[in-house]
This record gives sequence, C-alpha cells and structure tokens, in this order.
Amino acid sequence: MTFIEEILREQLGLSADLAALLIVFGGVLVVATGGLLTPIITIWLERKVAARFQDRIGPNRVGPLGLLQTIADVLKLLSKEQITPRDADKVVFFLAPILMVVSVVTMFAVIPFSPLAIGADLSIGILYAIAVSSLGTIAILMGGWGSNNKYALLGAFRVIAQLLSYEVPMILALLVPVLLAGTMSMQGITEAQANIWFVFFVPVAAVVFFISSTAEVGRQPFDLLEAESEIVAGYNIEYSGMQFAMFYLGEWLHAVVICLLTAILFLGGWQGPLVNADNVIGPILGMVYLIAKTTLLYFVHMWIRFTVPRLRIDHLMAFNWKFLVPLSVFNMLIVAFIWKLFPAPEEPGFVAELPRALGVLVGNIALVAVTLSLLQGYATRERQKVEGLVDETLYDPRAPRVAASATD
Amino acid sequence: MGDVVFAIAFWVFTLLTLGGGLAVVTVRNLFHAALFLLVSLFGVAGLFVLLVAPFLAAIQVLVYMGAIGILIIFAIMLTRGMMRLEHPFNSQAVAGGAVALLVFVGLVLVVTPLADEIGLAEVNIPAEIIEEDDPADVDYETVSEMGRVIADRNGFVLPFELASILLTAAMIGAIVVAREDEA
Repeated sequence: MTFIEEILREQLGLSADLAALLIVFGGVLVVATGGLLTPIITIWLERKVAARFQDRIGPNRVGPLGLLQTIADVLKLLSKEQITPRDADKVVFFLAPILMVVSVVTMFAVIPFSPLAIGADLSIGILYAIAVSSLGTIAILMGGWGSNNKYALLGAFRVIAQLLSYEVPMILALLVPVLLAGTMSMQGITEAQANIWFVFFVPVAAVVFFISSTAEVGRQPFDLLEAESEIVAGYNIEYSGMQFAMFYLGEWLHAVVICLLTAILFLGGWQGPLVNADNVIGPILGMVYLIAKTTLLYFVHMWIRFTVPRLRIDHLMAFNWKFLVPLSVFNMLIVAFIWKLFPAPEEPGFVAELPRALGVLVGNIALVAVTLSLLQGYATRERQKVEGLVDETLYDPRAPRVAASATD
Repeated sequence: MGDVVFAIAFWVFTLLTLGGGLAVVTVRNLFHAALFLLVSLFGVAGLFVLLVAPFLAAIQVLVYMGAIGILIIFAIMLTRGMMRLEHPFNSQAVAGGAVALLVFVGLVLVVTPLADEIGLAEVNIPAEIIEEDDPADVDYETVSEMGRVIADRNGFVLPFELASILLTAAMIGAIVVAREDEA
C-alpha cells in the first residue's frame, strides 16, 4: 500500500489526501471486482464436480475443459430480455436483486486474505459480516413482494423462516472462535490460531457453523426455497434474464464467502508455514493458503450438495430448533467454562497452549457422546412407536402388489 | 482528506436518516414505508460509524434492520387491508405533531449546547467533554471495553442480568401465547 502511495505522490505529484483516497477507492474496486468474478470459476468447478458425482462429463465444449462455458452463459444472460410483470412494484422489484448481491459483496471487505491484504480490519469484523449478510433477507422479501405474485410471496416467507432460524445456531457457533480469540477482528481471530487451529479443539462449533451457514446460503440439502425438481421456483419466480442471474450470483458468492469464513474462523485463515508480514513472499503465500483451505471446504460443500437428499420443511425446522440450537448453546457453555478453567499461557506457543486446547477438546468429545446417545434413545423410541403401524410389505419389492385403484 | 470525506459521509447519512424518516410518514404504501424505515435505520447506523461506535452500528443493522425490520414487514404483509391508506392523517395529527415538536425541542436543548449559546437555558457543558468527543481521540476498541463494563461487578452486571432475565421471560411468554391449545 505504501509503495503505491509513494508512486502516486512522487511520480504523479498528487497530494497526500488525494493519494490516500485513490488507494481506498482502488482497494474497494479490486476487492469487490475480485469477489464478483469468483463465481465464473466456481460455477464451472461446481458443474464439473457435479457431473463427476453423477457419472457425467460436464461442460466440455466451450474452451479447454469447458472453462469458458460460464462466460458464454453470462453473455447469454446479459443479452436476455428482462421482463417486469405489469402489476409489479417496479422499483422494489428492480432493487431486490441488486441488494442481494450488495449484501454479499460487502462481506468481502473484512476478509483477511493475508497478513497485509484486508479491506478493513474492523474491531467488529465478524459482526459486520453477519450484519451485512442479514440484508440479503430484506432483498428476498423485496423480491417476493415486488413480484406481486402469491407464489413468489409464499416462497419468500418460506425462505425467511429458514434464514432467520438458521441464523441462531450460526451466530452461536460463531461466538466460540470469538470467545477463544478474545476479539471480533478477523485478523485477530486468524492470529490467535498461529499455533493450533480452532477446528482441532472446537470441532463441534466448526461443524455447526458450516451446516447452518450452508442453510443460510439455501443450497442442497437446504434448498427447499427453489427445489427445482419439485416446485417451479421460490421468491424469484417472476425474475428473468440478468435480474434472475443476480439472485444466483448472490447465492454463488455467498457459498464462497461462507467457505472463506469457515476457513478463517476455524482453519487458521492465512496461517501456514513460512507466512509472516515481514518478507515479500509471506503475504502472497498467506493468500495461497487461504484459497487452498477455502477450496477444500468448497469441495466438502459440493460433496454434501450432490450426495445428501433434500430435507422436508418440518424436518428442516426440527433439525434446527431441536438439534442445532441446543447443541450450539451447550457447546458454547462448555467451551467457555473449560476455557476459563485453565490459566492462559504466559507466552504463545504450541506446547504452552496445548493443555487448554486438550481440555476443550475433551469437553467437545463428551458433548458429542452425550448428543449421540440422546439421539439414539430418541430414534429407538420413534422406532418403537411406529412398530406394527407400518406395513412392511410396502418396502419389500418382492411382496405381491394390490392393483392400483382408479382414484390413484 | 479526512474532514472532507467525513463531512460528505455525515451529510449522506443524515439525508438517508431524515429523508427515510420523512418518507415513512408520507408514503401511502405501508410496505414502502417499512422499506424507508430500513433506509432511515441504515442512515443511523452510518452515523454510529462516524461517531466511532462500530459495535452499535453493526447491532443497528443486525437487530433493527435484519430482525425488527423484517418483523415489521411481515406484520404489514400479513394485514393486506392496510396496504392502501386513503387518509394518511387521522384526527390526532395535530396533537401528534405537537408532541413530536416538544420532544424534538427537548432533545435539542438537552443534547446540544445550542440552548446555552442562544441564552435560553443554563446548560453548562465543560469544554473538555466537547473536546473529548472528537472522533480522532476516542478509543476505537469499543467492543472489549463494553464487554468489560457489562461483566464488571462494579459496572453494569446487575442491569445486564436483569435485562437477560426479562428477555428470556418475554421469549417464554411469546411461546406460551403463540402455542396452540393442546385440548
């Protein structure tokens, strides 16, 4: 940054204020554009990986390995007509997709890509990310309402019920790294993981965060809002062309951002061997590590997406309120309690921090054990309840069938 | 740069806050009014940032825009008859306006040294307090300080716990009220 500032001031003769302002605007431009362009790669990646999961080849015509397929799709979407329904609330209808993308792109501002490269290292970094992402909910409501279509509105209601519900375990899980690092600053949370990554001693929080943020994005297995094989579409039913694509852009970007957030909060962000802010290679290496971790998480995300079947709406809600929320509350209490039980190490280091981390890990394992035994008890009771009620022959393909009646 | 950008940001956020607030009470479509309320709240969040209170700004966006705003919009959307108001003013418009004016004047008198300057009241604000309010001097790390004060025995731990209990009670109450009778 200082290097660029020097060039601007001495070579071009700009005043210090103007140079600083230009650098801020340039930084915003780079971060926002870089963020906006990631879906071009991730869409291709996801189509390829999906194809492999489903024993297909995937896009392979446009460019080498089909790499330019997304660009062709974007051009197609840009050239399509944008239809606004006659009775739509036009301004609201128009603004909703824009707000959707804005709410995700602004999250990139607090992502620490390397020790030096961060848009703004706010003292409330993680809270900022959550706050702006909650604006996406308003965008969905605006889209659903502005379309003036009852199905769009119903779809919006369903999405918001899901988003508001899953925000609770997500924030509760997110409090754990904040608690361990003692700061909400993204850079501070990354630096606190210099010796041991959080995922190694608070795995429950990491998994709960990853699951609930996947639900926040609204992708499989949480994609009831637009379940393409079952219903036409959700809140975005009246949208077409690039406006429709903007909602999808928001979703794709959000998927990348939650993987980035998980990598930063639990996998040490840019931490890795040979990374420090002092030399030239350090910051670049940090960025490479963060992108590698994010890609790994994104693969897990796709893996879940293409293998786990969709949840039913009541299961979705029960899973959240009866399982994730109590689990994350108890997890936070246990972690906070054990964390205070051990004295803070005098100086940072792997050996010094180990006892504390092991203590928290034991607490996590105990929590998982208790949860699993509770779940087993519940499953046994449910099974006993339905025993005798279910006609087993229904599930037996060899059992003789009664001919279907005319009313079927 | 600092002063100019600060001034521009201040006026933008002020415009959003006041313009949004004005639109809330003047537009006829209640859904639009709710959206303008969110715009106004966003402006307030921006003002919080300028006042070096980033935590309050984030909470403003998260709680007021993200949660309460959505709640208001839901309430409006589920009462369709409210959508097109024929008469935006009811019979209490004059009384309401008078109360609003009184509150506004009161706030101005209490918060700003304006009354003192024009000789209306004896408000003596020590000069050092006003100097301390300069954003450049305020500690940026407001979150940890706030946490410390809330959890401190000599700080606000009792009000904080009381508020927590009150909120829990309200939440349980909401569930009890909303629950269908299992008859």
